[in-house]
Amino acid sequence: MNKLPEKHFINNSKGIKSWLLTMDHKRIAILYMIVVMSAFYLAGVFALIVRLELAKPGALFFKGAAIEEPANASGAPKGSEAAETAVAADETGAGPEPATAAAATDAAADVAVGAEKTASNNEYKPIDPGMSDAAKVSMAKSQVFYNKMFTLHGAIMVFLFIIPSVPAILGNFLLPLMIGAKDVAFPRLNLASWYVYMLGAAFTLFAILHGTVDTGWTFYTPYSTQTGGDDNTSVIMITMGVFILGFSSIFTGLNFAVTIHKMRAPGIGWFDMPLFIWGIYATALVQVLATPVIGITMVLLVLERWLGIGIFDPSLGGDPVLFQHFFWFYSHPAVYIMILPGFAIINELVTVHSRKHIFGYKAIGFSSVAIALLGFMVWGHHMFLSGQSEFSSMVFSFITFFIGIPSGIKIFNWVATLYKGSIAWTTPMLYAVSFLILFTIGGLTGIHLGALGVDVHLHDTYFVVAHFHYVMVGGTVIAFLGGLHHWWPKIFGRMYNEFWAKISCGLVFIGFNMTFFTQFYLGSQGMPRRYHDYSGMMKTNLFESLHGFSSLGALVLGLGLFITAIYLIHAAFKGEPAGENPWGGLSLEWATTSPPPTENFLVDPVYSHGPYDYDRVLPEEMSAENAGLKREKDRRL
Amino acid sequence: MSQPTNDHGHQRHPALAHHFNDMEQQHESLKMGLWLFLVTEILLFGGLFGFYVFFRVWHPELFAGASRMLNVNLGALNTLVLIASSVTVALAIRCIQLDQPKKTFWYLIATVVFAGVFMVVKYFEYTHKFHAGIFPGENFNNLDFALGKVEGVVAPIQNPHVFFSIYFAMTGLHGLHVLGGMFFLTWVAWRTSKGAYSSEYFSPVELGGLYWHLVDLIWIYLFPLLYLI
Repeated sequence: MNKLPEKHFINNSKGIKSWLLTMDHKRIAILYMIVVMSAFYLAGVFALIVRLELAKPGALFFKGAAIEEPANASGAPKGSEAAETAVAADETGAGPEPATAAAATDAAADVAVGAEKTASNNEYKPIDPGMSDAAKVSMAKSQVFYNKMFTLHGAIMVFLFIIPSVPAILGNFLLPLMIGAKDVAFPRLNLASWYVYMLGAAFTLFAILHGTVDTGWTFYTPYSTQTGGDDNTSVIMITMGVFILGFSSIFTGLNFAVTIHKMRAPGIGWFDMPLFIWGIYATALVQVLATPVIGITMVLLVLERWLGIGIFDPSLGGDPVLFQHFFWFYSHPAVYIMILPGFAIINELVTVHSRKHIFGYKAIGFSSVAIALLGFMVWGHHMFLSGQSEFSSMVFSFITFFIGIPSGIKIFNWVATLYKGSIAWTTPMLYAVSFLILFTIGGLTGIHLGALGVDVHLHDTYFVVAHFHYVMVGGTVIAFLGGLHHWWPKIFGRMYNEFWAKISCGLVFIGFNMTFFTQFYLGSQGMPRRYHDYSGMMKTNLFESLHGFSSLGALVLGLGLFITAIYLIHAAFKGEPAGENPWGGLSLEWATTSPPPTENFLVDPVYSHGPYDYDRVLPEEMSAENAGLKREKDRRL
Repeated sequence: MSQPTNDHGHQRHPALAHHFNDMEQQHESLKMGLWLFLVTEILLFGGLFGFYVFFRVWHPELFAGASRMLNVNLGALNTLVLIASSVTVALAIRCIQLDQPKKTFWYLIATVVFAGVFMVVKYFEYTHKFHAGIFPGENFNNLDFALGKVEGVVAPIQNPHVFFSIYFAMTGLHGLHVLGGMFFLTWVAWRTSKGAYSSEYFSPVELGGLYWHLVDLIWIYLFPLLYLI
């Protein structure tokens, strides 16, 4: 029977102050975990609202719009008649022409009966002069509400959750442990980064409560400079929030880069580190090099909105496309800030749970750095249809394809690692395999979007939404969940319920595919993104069934994530003690107690074997007393 | 594991943080961290330099004309002041390495004074611009260009405010960095007078100096780009 150590970093000192003023990287990781995961679930609620709105054609929220609408274009049928006609129209797929609908608006404006069914009929309901005033108002309300919901979902997920998720939580906790250091290079800066994050989050929260924004998470001009949001304050506050969050990200990246360079324990060379560290290192480089540019862009955006400095406003001599260039110069590298840590986690999961040496250590390490650097040269592929020159588009398209090579190297190396390994179907391994499947789909569909001709058809459709979510959720979030399950017993010293973990992993996998695989088809059939309503489109019937299925999947996904939260939190407090090395890992974080002591190791760690030497070291030989191997003679230094 | 001695049995320096093995590791880490910070600073300003380049390429006549509204003499004075401050801060680092904290203190004070002179000159430049109705962007309210009153400008210039938007953004951000440097160097000077630094431990002095050189260097680029060409 395993027991928790008497003293560890969690019970070392007590009181809220000892947490809020801590310099311990492990405690800071937990502080981050609390707020970042809250942001994740909050943004998840916004996503569910978006999916709920799309489950059926017509406006779901602010139904006033539907009540004031005509039931059908053919005169003014009453009651059940209207419903039947509507259903019939559904089945044939031949909705009335928008023009006819508009003409009939006045005649049918007083039909209130059968309004429930109206929501599913096939009329396109633009705000046109024929509508009654009340209908116009509620339609506009519904649109604005929907815009706000997807903006908040995107902005919170990207800036408050996924960018800090892996580096700030798992990276913070594991980086010093894995390289045998006592802490990160700058503990005070580490804590400062958390407070800066909280400040940025406060700005964002203020913007939400003050009236929120409907600019989209990309803050494109002129939405962000003129039209978006109820007033200037919300937009200024949320963009300032992004600016401030950027500092948090820079602090983390800078801290990690210095730590990896200068704080490795004696004997640990660059190629002796776990590949997790390589991934975190590549991420840190991107954080340091890309984030300042979004910082200055956000400052100029705020100045534009506040003082009208005219840099992005064509009527004042500025250029709105310039904003897109500057935004994507950061935000494309930023997707590598999001995915590289996911790659980093997978390295550890596929080796520990298959008891195999990683296949192609250097290839994986360098491909991370290659992705980080190439990532700076592809931002133009977000702007193929923004009036960029054909030549630039060709160059960006070419480099975009090029970036598939290092990503492919990684996937093949992981599969080769698994080949003939003794695979244990633990929850982390299930997540790792999910990642391999989902990220491959996400990566391959990126090729469709990188191809200039195909992109003309697919851009701004659900295909893009599906691709992005396959890479970000199917890639990063799945890897992150796998990492949480892998290191949870190390962080809290307690094991979660494997049965429920596997159930929820299955629900997440199934729900995710239901939600987003559907959207590839939706997009290829021409369903545009960012529409709150798709009634009256040529393929409304098809869209309705696909959107409905997708929304159902979102509920399954939500249920899976909800279960995860419950048993993980339960495990943190009440789980069975997990022991020092429940998975039999060989990297240094397993050569200490679970949870680790405040100073990380019982003795100063010395490099004794590689992190993936499963062919010559037995996991039972890992020892916390020695911070490495039990066999003293095997120590290299 | 905050044992008072390191592996060789020497006394640990009081300024050595618990998670470093020795002073050298600490100093090297701090220096690398600061260099990375300087990289982010360059990229921050790099964004603005990018805007400068794009707008200059699109509207060369605008930049040629509008830059005549700036006072080259004041700009040149500020350049000299900043270069002088860079010299004094370099001397401050040298003196602390030679264990001369008194001299270090005065050199740091001199640096802060030079920085103050820079800010005062900048203040006069800005207020003069505001009096002339030169504000960034849509508040721009100066008719000299429209009336052809600017010396050396023949044709009327479209959107002169764009130049000043970039001018105020770049010099404003730079000014904020000067202010930040003044605060930091004042703090370092105060700590120096308390005897916190010596040849064994002078990282904050050196970090402050490195940062100050960057602030100086950015101005060295801003001056010709905005005032001269």
